[in-house]
Amino acid sequence: MAKTLYDKLWQAHLVKERDDGTALIYIDRHLIHEVTSPQAFEGLRLAGRKPWRIDANIATPDHNVPTTIEAGDEPDSGGASSVSKPAISKRSEITDPISKIQVQTLDDNCEEFGIVEFKVNDTRQGIVHVIGPEQGATLPGMTIVCGDSHTSTHGAYGSLAQGIGTSEVEHVLATQCLIQKKMKNMLIKVDGKLQSGVTAKDVALAIIGRIGTAGGTGHAIEFAGEAIEGLSMEGRMTLCNMAIEGGARSGMIAVDDVTIDYFKGRSYAPKGDLWTQSVAAWREFKSDEGAHFDKVIHLEGSGIAPQVSWGTSPEMVIGIDELLPDPETESDPVKADGMRRAYTYMGMEPGKKMSDVVPDRVFIGSCTNSRIEDLRAAAEIAKDQKVSDKVTQAMVVPGSGLVKKQAEEEGLDQVFIDAGFEWRAPGCSMCLAMNADRLGEGEHCASTSNRNFEGRQGYGGRTHLVSPAMAAAAAIAGHFVDVREVANDE
Amino acid sequence: MNKFESFDGLVAPLDRANVDTDQIIPKQFLKSIKRTGFGPNLFDEWRYEDEGQPGQDCSNRPINTDFILNQPRYKGAEVLITRRNFGCGSSREHAPWSLLDFGFKAVIAPSFADIFFNNCFKNGLLPIVLSEENVEVLFQATKSEEDFSLTVNLEGQVISRKGAEDIPFEVDEFRKYCLINGLDDIGLTLKDADAIKAFESQSRQQSPWMFDVIK
Repeated sequence: MAKTLYDKLWQAHLVKERDDGTALIYIDRHLIHEVTSPQAFEGLRLAGRKPWRIDANIATPDHNVPTTIEAGDEPDSGGASSVSKPAISKRSEITDPISKIQVQTLDDNCEEFGIVEFKVNDTRQGIVHVIGPEQGATLPGMTIVCGDSHTSTHGAYGSLAQGIGTSEVEHVLATQCLIQKKMKNMLIKVDGKLQSGVTAKDVALAIIGRIGTAGGTGHAIEFAGEAIEGLSMEGRMTLCNMAIEGGARSGMIAVDDVTIDYFKGRSYAPKGDLWTQSVAAWREFKSDEGAHFDKVIHLEGSGIAPQVSWGTSPEMVIGIDELLPDPETESDPVKADGMRRAYTYMGMEPGKKMSDVVPDRVFIGSCTNSRIEDLRAAAEIAKDQKVSDKVTQAMVVPGSGLVKKQAEEEGLDQVFIDAGFEWRAPGCSMCLAMNADRLGEGEHCASTSNRNFEGRQGYGGRTHLVSPAMAAAAAIAGHFVDVREVANDE
Repeated sequence: MNKFESFDGLVAPLDRANVDTDQIIPKQFLKSIKRTGFGPNLFDEWRYEDEGQPGQDCSNRPINTDFILNQPRYKGAEVLITRRNFGCGSSREHAPWSLLDFGFKAVIAPSFADIFFNNCFKNGLLPIVLSEENVEVLFQATKSEEDFSLTVNLEGQVISRKGAEDIPFEVDEFRKYCLINGLDDIGLTLKDADAIKAFESQSRQQSPWMFDVIK
């Protein structure tokens, strides 16, 4: 029988089907960060258990780490881009004592159990979902978990990647398995080509706007179609990253040449004969012709405009060229109530345009959009321009020490600094504001992150989700703009 | 985990859809390395009129008197009823930890987000899915009855209330078994250690590149 990509990944990791309808699924790779793991390690200790397979795990601190760089270590102004600069050697120390304990606890746990960790000042440190693929630690065909909902990111290269809670972190550490029931299959097909200036982020937001934040609940989503095949690996990661915002624990894309090329030469990726062997195996990770999907959604790629979220849920999103929607015309009363609440929180009104909104801050970063391609797209807009006086702060936070290094080698850091952006050390930063990077009460933010929930980026903060190019363009213009109309010719 | 027993509990209505886990427990409280003590910060941004800090004594903070859980009639509530897609967003298990720590034993909604739903069972909090119509009936009852309470019977998979028909609900057999017996599912999985080892050695042969690399 024809199988979907998800069917194949499930089948390839099925340890045991139990009589009660649940199954044991083997987990190939477990990513660990400081926020959702301490209680799991403590649980292991209390029960006198040891991790099942140490080499299946890799850890890094990302949520709490400061992203500020101490004075004296700023890249030289006008410095030659070919000069390699120390990546993150002078990152600020953690001043919040509670954050410090949490990061120290991760270090201690990894030390105690022998788990490889890229510590805070390691050049390989970064957002867990950026460093996994970057190192080749997460690979096609794997089952990948992490105590973080954005683990769906790793599905971009034909893997089954899922966010889990802390009890499951402990369960995976202790047994290398998860107890699950198979999800349903959902296909989201984006046909045709995307317009210039429209990115994977816009596709993700447009999909969520269409299916809603619960549209994918209970399903594994496969993204396919010409527009998806045309995305780079970075773009595919952005899209799968936001599958969870559409309610799906896993998003995935079939393996193709783009996938294979991406992993070649990565640190932990197979080499030599093993590489040849693995590539042959990976190429099987795609849906068969005629495979059955329980739910199918079609979108036309050329019809997607650059997106901006206006409310407090990722489904509250519009094309930059649309007017803010009116709750009075919404037929679903529960939805209309949510919209009214969102307008109050956001301090905005139906019928207006997003181009009327001034972002007080601009944040380019997060596991959604902090890879090299994202920084290139933003730098292209920022080149030889200045951040508007209306914008209090604009910051660029690379996803990892290696992304930062690469960007510096390409001179992107200087482009940003010259334009008035702050150039930071890697971490989750203002995506969830667990460190010192956060919005003030009532401030609007053009953010390349993934969630616009109330208070997500800081108490009383107002988030607008956009692509990196849209964020950079808003920073320069001092209000949201259609990036298709401001292509920088420089 | 404690055994889940049938109980009769006061019902509190949270009339919102898409309540995300950032709302249930904001990020600053996730810095704790414990599983307990999150109750005072449940729905922190809605419950209080100031910004909460971890480790703070919440008893003197300004309270948002409009927020449902701050109303005296819902003090001691053990059942939360709410609207669709409850628990969406972040995978933080601190969400069920804070609901439990506050005193809730069950949450009733037309639908839940997958990760939150799963996390609840791991901690002895029962998420119950009912139809939109039945949830609406319960919302109406909290309006018309002062001390509206429900009996939650997991064994029999029904919710009962005075003067009305029982409402049945679905629950996975395995999850029900773990809740009722207060079982640690790691212990159960380890009973299949031989099957896991057999799978692993086969996988090691088929896909050797996934093993012994990260060290």
